[in-house]
Amino acid sequence: MSRLSVRKTYKLFIGGAFPRSESGRSYVVTSPKGDFLANASRASRKDARDAVTAARKAFPGWSGATPYNRGQILYRIAEMLEGRRGQFAEELPLGKKAGLEQVDAAIDRLVWYAGWSDKIASVRGSANPVAGPYFNLSTPEPSGVVAVIAPSDPLLGLVSAVAPVIVTGNTAVVVASESSPLAAITLAEVLATSDLPGGVVNILTGHQAELAPWLAAHMDVNGLDLTGVADPDLALRCEQEAAENLKRVIRPSSPDWSADPGIGRMTAFMETKTVWHPAGV
Amino acid sequence: MVSTVTTSLADVASSDATLRAFLHGLPGVDRVGADQRAAMLGTRSIKTTAKAQAIDLAISMVDLTTLEGADTTGKVRAMCAKAMHTAEGAPRVAAVCVYPDLVAVAVSALKGSGVKVASVATAFPSGRSSLEVKVSDTALAVAAGADEIDMVIDRGAFLSGDYQKVFEEIVAVKAACGEAHLKVILETGELATYDNVRRASWLAMIAGADFIKTSTGKVSPAATLPVTLIMLEAVRDFRDVTGRQVGVKPAGGIRTTKDAIKNLVLVNETVGDDWLSPDWFRLGASSLLNDLLMQRQKLATGRYAGPDYFTLD
Repeated sequence: MSRLSVRKTYKLFIGGAFPRSESGRSYVVTSPKGDFLANASRASRKDARDAVTAARKAFPGWSGATPYNRGQILYRIAEMLEGRRGQFAEELPLGKKAGLEQVDAAIDRLVWYAGWSDKIASVRGSANPVAGPYFNLSTPEPSGVVAVIAPSDPLLGLVSAVAPVIVTGNTAVVVASESSPLAAITLAEVLATSDLPGGVVNILTGHQAELAPWLAAHMDVNGLDLTGVADPDLALRCEQEAAENLKRVIRPSSPDWSADPGIGRMTAFMETKTVWHPAGV
Repeated sequence: MVSTVTTSLADVASSDATLRAFLHGLPGVDRVGADQRAAMLGTRSIKTTAKAQAIDLAISMVDLTTLEGADTTGKVRAMCAKAMHTAEGAPRVAAVCVYPDLVAVAVSALKGSGVKVASVATAFPSGRSSLEVKVSDTALAVAAGADEIDMVIDRGAFLSGDYQKVFEEIVAVKAACGEAHLKVILETGELATYDNVRRASWLAMIAGADFIKTSTGKVSPAATLPVTLIMLEAVRDFRDVTGRQVGVKPAGGIRTTKDAIKNLVLVNETVGDDWLSPDWFRLGASSLLNDLLMQRQKLATGRYAGPDYFTLD
């Protein structure tokens, strides 16, 4: 007698746990050809609110960790991803060879950002010359909770959007690609086993138009990455909502994920603090 | 139900034996049933306009509390300012609750605002001191102008069955209160069983409490829903027997709007409208008020509120 296979329930990732949507809803995810793949949770605005609460709770610990420590954890994520190359390659709607290439590119991207963790402050900060017996130091600091509307590129785009947000000490609420969310949830399993503190990355699956405006309007969100929003009306609405508490917003037009990423995505969600310190005495 | 147990409550406290007989004659609490009923009522969905009303009612019932060793006059003044001016269009809170030495500060800060000043007393929070000390602690707070006194019962005496001692302490403190209202803290987290909660509630009410209060906030678990339910049933039954209405104040561990609304549902379903006012139901809390104000703002603006825009207490 053949055994029944145990199929995975795709759930959300909030505060280090994998809950179903509070609303109990799900939606059908299909392959590009239209074949049924799975039922994914369809997050509600309350799930988004819970995710922001979890991200806010995780922020003091994560931003207070040493940059070296954050870099190590990002590197650990790359290690875990390496161990699951085959699984991701199968889950990506690209074919075996192209899938493996994309997984490798995502792993390399994580390692690249991991290396930046303790260097970004040297590049973006400065010791300013002042006319007085003071040190005057400018240091970049994380903004807080950043909402990421992830691009439809299911793995490389997702990793390229999330890694720069968290490596500098922000915490993230990610709305996964609506059409291909499964790799995002499998990535959550990687994150959950990488020593990443619960709540630093929270992943929601569901309808972008339903979740993005609530995150854009949320007064406890400090940054907004609209890379994955294809609908210009929705993007405009999100930008307008985000203005209420002066969120840092980025909305790059069709980025090339295979190109050298540069440090722009990291600096977009950092704020520079300048402090005068009395010298010696 | 209780009228069958006793015909006259005045006689109950005449001796230790009659008091014990009465308290142990109270019907036992069905623990599973109480838990289940509280959990069931906690699932009620309160939305939109009803929620807005519930939030404003809850704000008006808050006893804004600071009971830390690190309390300063400045902190009490800041809290009083917040008590009077919670948010635009929002009601003020019912009272502020402080230690006796800070009552004078609160009284002068709140003069003419209608916000009451409550003070804990009687060797709060443990209640481990002599009766003389407890009475003079109370007198100190009353002399400083407190409108309400929150006393703790002697849990040690209660748990060892010395009900008469607990009773006489409450009577003595009540006498020291004069005009001030007396709230009796049962510290239900230390009473071990729901039966004891019911007995302590009746004991406090017979001794003359104006309010019965769950907890000091220093012991966990504090104000759980089933305990509040049992106390509400006790005040309801007490009024049926004696005609005197006693208030209830859950305190400790109520941090979110959801918790507050669950408590209001419990009041409405257990004792009804008569208790749905700040005169008869209070919520003792320190961090609850900000959450209520944030939810209030969410309803007004349609966007989720963030703590950056509210005071740090």
